[in-house]
Amino acid sequence: MADTPKIQLRDVAKSFGRKVVLNGIDLDVGVGESVVIIGGSGTGKSVMLKSILGLMTPERGSIKVDGEEVIGMSTSERERVNHKFGMLFQGAALFDSLPVWENVSFGLLAEKRCDRKQAHEIAVQKLAQVGMNADVADLMPAELSGGMQKRVGLARAIAADPEIIFFDEPTTGLDPIMADVINDLIVKVTREVGATALSITHDMASARKIANRVAMLFEGKIIWQGPVEDIDHSGNAHVDQFIHGKADGPIQMAVRA
Amino acid sequence: MNPLQAIGRVFLKFLGTTGRLISFMALGLSHIVRPPYYPRIILRQMIDIGYYSLPVVGLTAVFAGMVLALQSYTGFSRFSAEGAIANVVVLSITRELGPVLAGLMVAGRIGASLAAEIGTMRVTEQIDALTTLSTNPMKYLVTPRLIAGITMFPLLVLVADVIGVFGGYLVAVYKLGFNPANYLQNTWDFLTAEDVNSGLVKAAVFGFIVSLMGCYHGYNSKGGAQGVGTATTNAVVSASILILCSDYILTEIFFAK
Repeated sequence: MADTPKIQLRDVAKSFGRKVVLNGIDLDVGVGESVVIIGGSGTGKSVMLKSILGLMTPERGSIKVDGEEVIGMSTSERERVNHKFGMLFQGAALFDSLPVWENVSFGLLAEKRCDRKQAHEIAVQKLAQVGMNADVADLMPAELSGGMQKRVGLARAIAADPEIIFFDEPTTGLDPIMADVINDLIVKVTREVGATALSITHDMASARKIANRVAMLFEGKIIWQGPVEDIDHSGNAHVDQFIHGKADGPIQMAVRA
Repeated sequence: MNPLQAIGRVFLKFLGTTGRLISFMALGLSHIVRPPYYPRIILRQMIDIGYYSLPVVGLTAVFAGMVLALQSYTGFSRFSAEGAIANVVVLSITRELGPVLAGLMVAGRIGASLAAEIGTMRVTEQIDALTTLSTNPMKYLVTPRLIAGITMFPLLVLVADVIGVFGGYLVAVYKLGFNPANYLQNTWDFLTAEDVNSGLVKAAVFGFIVSLMGCYHGYNSKGGAQGVGTATTNAVVSASILILCSDYILTEIFFAK
């Protein structure tokens, strides 16, 4: 079973009305691997991630986690599989009504893995792992900057020591220095937790830093994948255009929705 | 477009929305008897809906009672029937004005707030985050608010009944020169348990409607700030209309002979 991928997608398809977003995605993510999906805005990166998390249901295809088919699972089975996941959302998605420490340890409290006092202590430890001091624990999310919210979101994603962590555009909206700090933290914490990581981004600096392997999504399909070292000589015109950020090339941006 | 086609489309849309609302309601209610429970959230919602609505409900009730006494006097004095004012005030307040006015006022306050809060959680991915943290959003967000709405509205209406009758008493005694003891005696003599009970049952139904509409529209909001604004408006308008419709139906059930 050592060769069973941690996550396996086969022929996954999803449409919204007439708009086909995913058109037969095939992807394997190995145990302990860090895969980054790159692609332009609106190419279906987030839809793919949400399909794996069970937040959206694909119309076709198979998604396996540790060899177990997750499409069509019952709610309770899905919750069991979701215990393996941690997720850093694009906008951090912290709960406004709860202090930072309760945000970080929310999953632990929800699963009744500890009492509130222990949860506070664990939250402080996890915050320290992402470079934040204990004073932050009792603040409300609205009192934090965007970069700090991302760090709290990262602490929340790793709080339950997940086997798989998803990163949804982790550096979007951050200045280059803070983006690099978040990239370093992602590399550090995934290594510490020993997790498999699947990230989506269109920030190439981020992709180069956190990926073992990169896959490019275009028009609902994975059009290229390979080790991050190979990305500069992929031989794929779409990848070349994307990583160099050129307007000219096979990828034509739609100016109308 | 063919007019019949347009009518059919509107009708199908209405049926679709009704079906979605009923399944949302059934799912929300089913979690009342299915663990885990969230007593802290339920308590917080009870305080939000019950305690913090007291000023709005109290002010509405006192002025409704005062106006009712004044208007009744204007009308009844033409037939020398001023003695019936206490009767009219207490019956109107307990049977109709207490629950309906409190329901409409709280629909504005709580319906809007629930829709805005849950709608913002939807568009900022906080509801998705709940799912990834092993928490069922229906159970965590919707069910506690339904419980709080159903239980707190009758208490609010009980307070509105007392304050409304007191408003009528103030005008009758201090402006219209009624004997205080006689007025209170008349109020007490005419009041039956059925009057109060019917008002409280109405209140529980209205509480359910307000919290259901707030949660439903918030939960299904789309887009950004505009989507949340639309959800808020829809929550208040639909709750207000449903309150008035269900008020007639409940009055038929209780009092039609």
